[in-house]
Amino acid sequence: MNILKVFLIFFFLIHLNSVKADDQDERNQITKNLRCLVCQGQSVYDSDSEFANSLKILVKQKLNEGLSENQIYDYLKIKYGEWILYDPELNKNTYILWLLPILIFLIGGVIVFKNFFKKKKDQL
Amino acid sequence: MKKKLLPFFVILIFGIIFIIFYKGLEDTNIYTPNLNVKKDIPIFNSKDFYSDKILKSSDIFEPNKIYLFNIWSSWCVPCRQEHPLLMTLSLNDKINIIGLNYKDNKKNAVNFLQELGNPYKKIFIDVDGIKAIEWGAYGVPESFLIYNNKIIKKYIGPLNQNSISEIKQLIK
Repeated sequence: MNILKVFLIFFFLIHLNSVKADDQDERNQITKNLRCLVCQGQSVYDSDSEFANSLKILVKQKLNEGLSENQIYDYLKIKYGEWILYDPELNKNTYILWLLPILIFLIGGVIVFKNFFKKKKDQL
Repeated sequence: MKKKLLPFFVILIFGIIFIIFYKGLEDTNIYTPNLNVKKDIPIFNSKDFYSDKILKSSDIFEPNKIYLFNIWSSWCVPCRQEHPLLMTLSLNDKINIIGLNYKDNKKNAVNFLQELGNPYKKIFIDVDGIKAIEWGAYGVPESFLIYNNKIIKKYIGPLNQNSISEIKQLIK
């Protein structure tokens, strides 16, 4: 019975996400990942500034022209630099940012692993 | 074994975090755009301000000539401040000033030019701000100094006496 409940919860969690999918999703996803350069701490999606409104129109236009999400990011990166993207790429400035969580996770794993086996040995 | 390793890892992790935060202190958190980029100017088509005909940017910007591309709007207060400076700069034969009317009402823009004078040789119309994005602009006013179809210098915000004398130095 419990297994059935857990299964149902997961089933709905996974499948209800896709119920709301529509045409605007891709545009919103892109504008949410763009930094509004003239605002402070807002994405283009959240902002109502002249700059952000123009970018929203541009993203819509580029999507209609058949450009993919990454092509639009590349286009804007040429115009404004990488700062306009919220998702930083892996390069010499950002490698610590990307690798540190993995490193901490591995070190934590080692500590947990060691403690676990030591306790088992103690019990024996 | 465990007693030796654990403090070592704790110190290592704190050390790494300390280095990251210490490095972060040196960086400014105010975004400063790169102003001296030598980029090619974008190629675009847009309506002419007076005749409503479609203008090609490649017909306007000729190689081996110096242009000042100025993004302006009648609703923009700093544009009003920099306008007299553009008027004096337009008297210089070595430089041609090209305008981009940004998200403006035509009637207000015409009134603006009647009131303060028209320093522009040609004016493009940008209804929804997309042309400005193609130039990599942030807003109004913004000016680009162009030579040989390349952007030599970018001025974000209104021009002032210093930037005008700098432009005059550059075009000598």
